[in-house]
Amino acid sequence: MNVKTEKISKPRKNALVMFIHKMGSPPWFYNFTGKFIPWFWAIFIVLAAWGLYLGLVKAPADYLQGESFRILYLHVPAAWMSLLIYSMMAVMSFIALVWRIRIVEILAMTSAPIGAAFTIVTLTAGSLWGRPTWGTYWVWDARLTSELVLLFLYLGVIGLYNSIDEPRKAARAACLLAMVGAVNLPIIHYSVKWWNTLHQGSSISLTGGSSIDPSMLWPLLIMAVATKFYYGANLLTRARVKLLEQDIRKAWVREVLKEKNG
Amino acid sequence: MSHTPFIIGAYSIGAVVLLWCAVAPLIRKKSITRDIRRLVQIEERSRDTNT
Repeated sequence: MNVKTEKISKPRKNALVMFIHKMGSPPWFYNFTGKFIPWFWAIFIVLAAWGLYLGLVKAPADYLQGESFRILYLHVPAAWMSLLIYSMMAVMSFIALVWRIRIVEILAMTSAPIGAAFTIVTLTAGSLWGRPTWGTYWVWDARLTSELVLLFLYLGVIGLYNSIDEPRKAARAACLLAMVGAVNLPIIHYSVKWWNTLHQGSSISLTGGSSIDPSMLWPLLIMAVATKFYYGANLLTRARVKLLEQDIRKAWVREVLKEKNG
Repeated sequence: MSHTPFIIGAYSIGAVVLLWCAVAPLIRKKSITRDIRRLVQIEERSRDTNT
């Protein structure tokens, strides 16, 4: 056999494909992602401190809402995260159902508590902003109600996943619910356009520019980036713990813990 | 109406929820690690008695 035919019969694997294959291995995933978690937490803390300093101290009070607008530096990034995490969970659920990749199943399921936490923060911060601004903590407005439905969807996914003993079966059922629930995402996003709501429309657009002054916009964007790192760090931590829990009797778990303890 | 209590309330609830969400998996990890150590000890003990 000459060199040319050997090259044809053994095609070289793409580096990205190789990386995805490696990520599917629990010990490799556990060790690889463990390196990123401290960095993600550090970046989150620095960005959150910087964003909160700019938002709570440096930014001027709003001419109409007064000081209460400062709640939006928590409410808006949390609301964006509640939608982004659900979208990610729905996409990962689809991948998990089609290709049956256990790590992706775990990532989808461990996203749910983080998304639920951000949704609770969105609803409570929004409610506390609504009292001085609208004169009420709550109205059954389309945006608020659809965000509350999102919280129930997160709780449904968490509940369903924990109610079935066999983890793979539980993940499949919960992934299906997560995918069906994704229909709520465009309803939340377009609710302020489709219905006449008390909740105002978006002030920031990726395409059409923003109606907020830069001194108020930058802290918001910094907080939005900070919450992404919070999600990354928390997701990887939860996924690693879930892997240890599921593989408690496997040799790699003991080896990893032995290495860690010296 | 003073807005300060609303701002402090919103950030306090946010901090508690996000802090709990970050700490909960670490507590779980601690209990799993303890379970694994106990399992290893039980296995070692049964191996010793067999030999």
